[in-house]
Amino acid sequence: MAGNTGTYLIQGAAILGGDRADLLVRDGIIAEIGTGLSADGATVIDAAGLVALPGMVDVHTHLREPGREDAETVETGTRAAALGGYTAVHAMANSTPVADTAGVVEQVYTLGRAAGWVDVRPVGAVTVGLAGERLAELGAMADSRARVRMFSDDGICVHDPVLMRRALEYVKAFDGVVAQHAQEPRLTAGAQMNEGDVSAVLGLTGWPAVAEESIIARDVLLAQHVGSRLHVCHVSTAGSVEIIRWAKERGIDVTAEVTPHHLLLTDDLVRSYDPVFKVNPPLRTDADVQALRAGLADGTIDVVGTDHAPHPSEHKECEWAQAAMGMTGLETALSVVQHAMIETGLMTWADFARVTSTAAAKIGRLSDQGRPIEAGEPANLILVDPGARWTVDPFKMATMGRNSPFKGRELPGKVVATFFKGHPTVLDGALNTPHPDAAATPAGVA
Amino acid sequence: MKHLLSTGDLSRSNAIRILDTAEEMAAVGEREVKKLPALRGRTVVNLFFEDSTRTRISFEAAAKRLSADVINFAAKGSSVSKGESLKDTAQTLSAMGADAVVIRHWASGAPHRLAATDWIDAGVINAGDGTHEHPTQALLDAFTMRRHWARLSGTGSEGTDLKGLRVAIVGDVLHSRVARSNVWLLRTLGAEVTLVAPPTLLPVGVDKWPCSVSYDLDQTLAGGVDAIMMLRVQGERMNASFFPSTREYSRRWGFDDNRLRALDDLGMTDTIIMHPGPMNRGLEISAAAADSPRSTVLAQVRNGVSVRMAALYLLLSGDTREPAADRAPAYAAAPSTKESN
Repeated sequence: MAGNTGTYLIQGAAILGGDRADLLVRDGIIAEIGTGLSADGATVIDAAGLVALPGMVDVHTHLREPGREDAETVETGTRAAALGGYTAVHAMANSTPVADTAGVVEQVYTLGRAAGWVDVRPVGAVTVGLAGERLAELGAMADSRARVRMFSDDGICVHDPVLMRRALEYVKAFDGVVAQHAQEPRLTAGAQMNEGDVSAVLGLTGWPAVAEESIIARDVLLAQHVGSRLHVCHVSTAGSVEIIRWAKERGIDVTAEVTPHHLLLTDDLVRSYDPVFKVNPPLRTDADVQALRAGLADGTIDVVGTDHAPHPSEHKECEWAQAAMGMTGLETALSVVQHAMIETGLMTWADFARVTSTAAAKIGRLSDQGRPIEAGEPANLILVDPGARWTVDPFKMATMGRNSPFKGRELPGKVVATFFKGHPTVLDGALNTPHPDAAATPAGVA
Repeated sequence: MKHLLSTGDLSRSNAIRILDTAEEMAAVGEREVKKLPALRGRTVVNLFFEDSTRTRISFEAAAKRLSADVINFAAKGSSVSKGESLKDTAQTLSAMGADAVVIRHWASGAPHRLAATDWIDAGVINAGDGTHEHPTQALLDAFTMRRHWARLSGTGSEGTDLKGLRVAIVGDVLHSRVARSNVWLLRTLGAEVTLVAPPTLLPVGVDKWPCSVSYDLDQTLAGGVDAIMMLRVQGERMNASFFPSTREYSRRWGFDDNRLRALDDLGMTDTIIMHPGPMNRGLEISAAAADSPRSTVLAQVRNGVSVRMAALYLLLSGDTREPAADRAPAYAAAPSTKESN
């Protein structure tokens, strides 16, 4: 299928930030890797000073389609993903209608194929309508063309312990994983921000850390009890990191994700009452940020997930309590992680590849993503200029969402090129063209 | 002063300037013609997203005594209830030429949004936002306490602060914008504040506030108090497990007849009893306490008009000087510098 993607000779890229090598990309795969490579008719890309990494895989993206095309579409969201260095995204299930049937997940999958910017892997809802009452047809979604492996009611916690237990048990039948949005609902009724010193002063209803930690503690024990696989979405507290570390030490099959914004921002920003900083789980304290960084560096937290959540401006231009929760993230993730993890000396680019690609592909069971940069592997690659610096301007982004909490910040690192199955979706830091296979996939035909 | 959003960012000298100006305004209120021409031709909008007749008429009286034109915009039963956003409402008021907006809102931070955005250019006075702040209430409370404190020391109140005054704020601190504004302002003015409440009605993080915390009202009274401020218990708290029953609340944290007698027994003849109103008689305050000579409830209402006149005057008279050499203690802005005791 990937025979029409052309030939590219990438010269002198630092592979995973290490030794420099040439990469010959042909027919969708890395044909050769070495020094002094040449190829007739190849488009030559000078990658001196650039780092070659596996294409990033997001385990947590809200593409909003179907239903909220005023916020984002599969087309705009995946353009943003490509620009941000992604070659695959997991599209969360809280669309309208909810992605709780084979029909909806196949629709999203097909829209992604037709767009051609990245692999779109739909996440299936755990429960019908995200209502937390009965299981959705998980098997039908797993068997569909979308081959769903990750299931989540993200945005809403599967808080009923029996339902969560059954979901964990049931997905074992097709090697699935339940990705839990850990939030005890009674402890967070009306919650607006992290509960602590800042909420006390601002008079905003608190979202206590224990509401996340108690669910994670319960769920790792359930996963152990039924021998299943649990993924914890957007871990946000120091206590959660400790519980997951404990669970991993006991051999429990749990993975965890952290968002870029939780690696950098704190609840002090809420003092502005600017809803661009309103997100769920909320921004926490600096102690939490430091614990999350340490957890990501030591492997307790497996992956970075953006929780990219675009909203129309009217959902943010209002009172804090009225505003929607969520932040965009696809086009800033690499820079924020470089800033928070690499420039602080906590991680190398090889570690970056692990937390943004390899481990994420493994969680989602994506066999052709997150692969080593070696001859014969699928050419899902990015070239990054780690020395670049840029100022975040939400109005220059490909996402329709203008709700970036990093607006106006100067950040390091820029994605220069993204190769998706051998085709450059991004070149010279700008969108190029979608994968040629996309043209053969009419949108709306599942 | 461009806006009055919080007492947390009010410097000592600005606070005293407001209180001193309020004294001048109070003098106007005692004249036969209770009106100044200061704000003639200026438009003040009372933008109320939450019912509060008391606060609204207090601001209305204050603006009218300064000869301002007053527009009352009750957001209930208006275009707001038809889904109009705060942004559109603000821009509408701006287009109509509002010079100051007095905003009461159920959402914490709504006045900050008006002040921080370009939706409207008017001065913004926070007339109570959610469970955040109610700065003019704290200022009228401080005004009332300052007069009392000055009278005891035999001086005039002008230019003075509340140094050494011991204040107990009793009740639902968690949900109280009055308590928050009072804690910041009283500390700025040198008073010693003790919060007395059931542990369920204190916010997580209260230990960082510049005040003491007690669960025991009798112990706090026995330790000596110059002003006792009782907070209203909201009806909706009663069924949310914050306390077992209204009777138990009343016994432990209400200012009842026994505690009124205890003030006499303890020899605290000059201790005043305050309440921001409206009172739940028999719940957080007994009828005898509310009606006793110690009660300043009606003086607070009276002083409210003077303080709001001062706030409107200072906001709209174009005097935007920040008195030098005395920056705000910024309790709300820099938690690390907060005293905690």
